[in-house]
Order: sequence, then C-alpha cells, then structure tokens
Amino acid sequence: MKSTRIGWLFASPALIVLGLFFGVPVLAAFGLSFTDFDLYALADLRNLRFAGVNNYTDLLQTPLFWKSLANTFYFVGVGVPLSIAVSLGAALLLHAPAARAKGLFRTALFAPVVTTVVAVAVIWKYLFHTSYGLVNWALAHLGVAPVDWFGDAHWAMPAIILFAVWKNFGYNMVILLAGLQGIPQDLYEAARIDGASRWRQFLHITLPMLGPVLMVVGVITISGYFQLFAEPYVMTQGEPLQSTVSVLYFMFDEGFKWWNLGRASAVAFLLFAIILGATALLLRFGRKRDLL
Amino acid sequence: MRARTLVLGCLLALCACTHDSGVTTIRFMAMGREAEVVSDLVAQFEHENPGVRVDVQQIPWTAAHEKLLTAFAADALPDICQLGNTWLPEFSALDSLEPLQPYVDASSTVDPRDYFPGIWDTNVIGGKLYGIPWYVDTRLLFYRRDLLAQAGFDRAPTSWPEWEQQMAAIKAHGHYGVMMPLNEFEQLLSFGLQQSDPLLRDDGTRGNFESAGFRRALAFYARLFAQGWAPPMSKTQISNVWDEFFNGLFVFYVSGPWNIREFRQRAPHGLEDSWATAPLPGPDGLGAGIAGGTSLVMFRSSQHKTQTWRFIEFLSRPEIQERFHAEIGDPPPRRSTWKLSGLVHDAYAAAFRDQLERVKPTPKVLEWERIVQEMRLVSERVVRGGEPQDQAVHELDARVDAILEKRRWMHERDQRVAGSL
Repeated sequence: MKSTRIGWLFASPALIVLGLFFGVPVLAAFGLSFTDFDLYALADLRNLRFAGVNNYTDLLQTPLFWKSLANTFYFVGVGVPLSIAVSLGAALLLHAPAARAKGLFRTALFAPVVTTVVAVAVIWKYLFHTSYGLVNWALAHLGVAPVDWFGDAHWAMPAIILFAVWKNFGYNMVILLAGLQGIPQDLYEAARIDGASRWRQFLHITLPMLGPVLMVVGVITISGYFQLFAEPYVMTQGEPLQSTVSVLYFMFDEGFKWWNLGRASAVAFLLFAIILGATALLLRFGRKRDLL
Repeated sequence: MRARTLVLGCLLALCACTHDSGVTTIRFMAMGREAEVVSDLVAQFEHENPGVRVDVQQIPWTAAHEKLLTAFAADALPDICQLGNTWLPEFSALDSLEPLQPYVDASSTVDPRDYFPGIWDTNVIGGKLYGIPWYVDTRLLFYRRDLLAQAGFDRAPTSWPEWEQQMAAIKAHGHYGVMMPLNEFEQLLSFGLQQSDPLLRDDGTRGNFESAGFRRALAFYARLFAQGWAPPMSKTQISNVWDEFFNGLFVFYVSGPWNIREFRQRAPHGLEDSWATAPLPGPDGLGAGIAGGTSLVMFRSSQHKTQTWRFIEFLSRPEIQERFHAEIGDPPPRRSTWKLSGLVHDAYAAAFRDQLERVKPTPKVLEWERIVQEMRLVSERVVRGGEPQDQAVHELDARVDAILEKRRWMHERDQRVAGSL
C-alpha cells in the first residue's frame, strides 16, 4: 500500500508535466473540434458557435480531405514496405560475413536519419530538378526521357517517397541489424548441413526469427509515415494539383493558414483514429501469427 | 544567458514604467528587408523628435502572419506595423486597428488626394480608414520588344483583341506568347478585376464568379492556354524565368515591380535594351490591375498614439519615401514622390505609374486569401484538366459560399440586431 504511494510520488513530476502539457492541450483540442473556432471567434467570443459533429461531417464531404487521405495512404502503402525492404536489405548486407568496413557503412547508411529534413530536402529538390538534376541525368544515360518530378502530378509523390525512404531507412536498419545479430548461428549451420540454399535459409530462418522485430519496426514506421508533413512542406507545398497534400499538411493549412482551429482539431482527431485503427489491425495480425 | 537577458529586459521595462524620463519608445514591427532599410531612416526621425525613440522589430515575412495573430491573442501588439493591404480586413475584423481619418484630417503631411485612389481605397473598410499606404505593388506586362517587332508589332497591346492578335503572330514565329505560371493567381485575378461585375456580392457574403464578367475573364485566360499561346507550366517547372525570358521562350510576362531590377541585372550582353514594360491590356482598352502593396497601421492598443502618428507622417513624407524607394525598389504610393524622385522619367517604371492610376482593390473580406486560392485551383483544373468553364464557375461559387458561411451568419445576425433596435 505504502509502496504504491511512493511509486505515485516518484511518478508524479512526470505525470504532472504530461498532464499539463499533453493531457490538457489534447482535451482542449478535442473540445475545440466541436466548435467553429476561427478568427471571428478570436476577435469576439460571441462569434463562437457550438458545431456538434459538423466539423467531422463537413470534413468527410470535403474533397481535399479525401484527396489528402488518399495521398497519405499512397505514401504509407508504398513507402512503408519499400522502407522496410530497403532497411532489411541494408541490414543483411551489413550482417553478411563478407562485408568489410562495417562500422563505416553502418555510420554512412545511418547518417541521413540524423540530418535535418529541411536541409536535405533542399538538396533533393536539386537532385530531382527537371533539366539540371542528377536523377534525370542518370536516367538520361539509361535512355529514359527526363521526368518532371515536381511538376507532374504522377511523379511528385514517388519523388517524395524516394526521399523519405532514403531519409528514414537507416533507423530501421539499425534495429533490424540488432535483430539479425540475435539469431543463433547454429540454426544456419544446421540448415547448411541439410543442404538448404541461401534463399531457403532467409525464408525459413531469418524471416521467422526476425518476426517480432519486423512487427515493431512495422508499427513504428506506419505511425511515423502517416504523419507525413515536412517533406511536402519543404519540397512541393502540396503541389502540383494538390497531389502531395498529406492529412497533416491539410491540417496545418486549416489551422495556421486559414485559422480554422475547430476544423483543424477535427482533422487531428480523425488522423489519430486512422493511425490507431491501422496499428491495431497490424497488432492483431501479429498476435494471430504469434509474433507478439 | 537567455534567462539573464530576460531578467534584464524585465528590469529595464520596469525602469521605463516607473521613471518617466520624458522619452517615449514606440515599437514598430517591420518585415524582411523593409525593417533593415527603415532602421536608417529612424535616426533622422529621432533627431527631429528628441523625446521619441523607435524600436524597430524585424520579423520575416513567412512568420509575420502567425506572429501578429499570436501577438494579438497575447495582447502584445506593437504600436505601429506594416501590413500587406489584403491583411487589413482581417485585423480590422479583429477590431485591433485604430481608425485614422481624424489624424489625416488634422495632418498637413498626409494628403489623400496625392495618393493613387485604388491604393488608398484598399485601406478603407466599412467606410473607415485604417491604414496609410507605404509602398505599392501591382502586376503588368514585361515583354521582349525585339521579338514583338519580329512578329510585326512596334508597341505593346492596349486591349485583349490586340494582344491576342500579337500572340498568334508570335506563336507563328516559334515563341510562346505569354508566360503565366499556373501556381500564381494574380493574372486571372487581374483579368477578373478588369470587369465591371464585382467578384463577391451581397456585402461580400457570396461569390459572384458566375457573373458574366468573371466568365469572360476566365474564358480569356483559358483561351491563352488552349491556343498554345501560354505554356501550361507552374513555377517549379521553369527553372529560371529570367533566363527563359532572355532565351526567348516567351515574349510577354505578367509580373510585378521587383522584376525591373532583376531584369536589369540579368539581361545578357546585347539584350539590355531588348525588353520593356507596359500597362495591362483590358477587354477593351487598357485595363485595371491589382491594388497591392503595404500600409502602415496603428494598433488600438497603442499607448503612444500621438507619437506613433508623427512617425507615420514622417514615413509618408515624399522626400523620406524617395529615400525608402531608392533602397527597396518598391514603387511609392504618392504622386508627388514619383515626381520628386524622377521615377516618372524611368522608362521601365513609367508603365507602373500609368497602371497605378487604374488599380482596383480586391474584395475586403478576411476570407479573401482563401477564396483566391480556390479560384486558382479551379483555373488550374480548367487549363490542365479540361474542366468545362460553366461547371468550374458554378463549383467555385459553391465553394466560396461555403467559405463565407460564417460571415453570412454574422451579417444576418447583426442585421437582425440592428432591425430590432
């Protein structure tokens, strides 16, 4: 009894800070999402109307919201598997017995994670430049006609996905590398004695043994990728034809460009529900497969 | 370190309050380069007004809007600030601006008749004057004189039909007629302002884009692309608009006054005299342009209104405006400053002088910035996606009406209240 009280006492500074700076704002935002708080309301509270669930129903009828949702799902649907595949590939290469200068490569591949998004996004903007960019220059050598990366609505999102994958894969790579190092070597030795090929070893030893780690990586990556914002904010401002407006970008515009704080809060909670749903699905899948 | 400065700042503030040393400090929030330039002028003002100090606070343009709104919410607005004139409706809706008409009436320096009427008008909201124009901005034609001559014309167009004729001939010579980046709304907006139909109706509570006027503007704009006179590109697709201009990719370019300096600096050897500026052509004869620019406003919360007004007067003096203009390059709002600075004799600026007599303000509602974005999106869908124009203006009006819903509700409520009194 007494020990629980002491426990609460020790936890209280953190809880108070969390409650004050996280709990209260979240509750306030939740309340705000049921009003039409905007500039007029800021001027005079008489102009504030209780909106019920109007913000939510309005959003569901706003084409740009659906478009931003589709863009975000596109980004998550392609970006997450690609990102994990690249991370896994890099981790396997680093883990391979033949690899040399492992420390150097590990650092080099991890480096993009610790760079500033804005700074590297500017550089990638140059790389993707239609006439003078390195990417199109390389493609030209392969005989591919120049791609208008940020001008063509079909290519802007793939360009952002490539950039995001490059920027983030190092983080998962390190986690997966730790996972790989935790797989007992004797499993591979036994498989080799049985005459299993490299591919079969990967399929039947590496992947299942990495299962729980992949699960964690998947959950983290999905919730992170749903919150796409900085990349389009710096590189495309949502253009062309709003093909790179993500849900968070939409929320930012609603809130801080148009000052519709009620609607913006509603967007935030919808996104929260979506991320919650996606991760819950993933966790359920994991539990069924006994990965957790 | 920061904490110490803060404490020091608080102490200083306390001193300022308790000891009345006879010196009043007014806070002036200025943006970007304007803040740097104005700092040089402040010394003279302080010299002329020994009891007054001006504290210039520089904020970047990109953060200005948020910064001012948070300052409003926190009751920390400065005494005086520069505001883009499309922001005036917003801050007057917040009831944070001091009406300036009484000050102007008593002033011998600020003479409304000396200002370009369209620009002055942007500062009048609901019949009240809230700002004094500081510098102006509008869009007009930059063009390649040599290429236009090649196509067989010796002067810039003065009306839409003439312009179309010229662009058709230019296209036959292998150039684009005009560059109008699809991510900019100013071109279509200019064409829209040239019509007699207003862009919003019913006291700015409903869109008026289905009017005959705006339909005509949109049809003209869309035709430029449909005929292949204008390339359907956005800014990101053109690597360097100045290079392309001098490469001859296009002949006309609709842009603003800052580009005079850019074109002068960037003109390659041999092409220095190849370009010129001209006022915007309208449906029949020279047309209106956007009344853009920045105004000086005083906040109601200011404790030093007399001194602040004296500073606004100082910055509005033609000889001070001339010095300001020489540094910053933005055209001055007073005719006498134009005369004084010899700008009227500058061939490139002359077109702006001419255009400024024909500028029109955009609708004065705080939702305007949002509305104009919707207008741009619709025009992009028409040009790139081939959406029928009838459908486009109908959709646009529906969206604008939705944006203005709250304004409509407030308007009706206020009218009910006024009716019951």
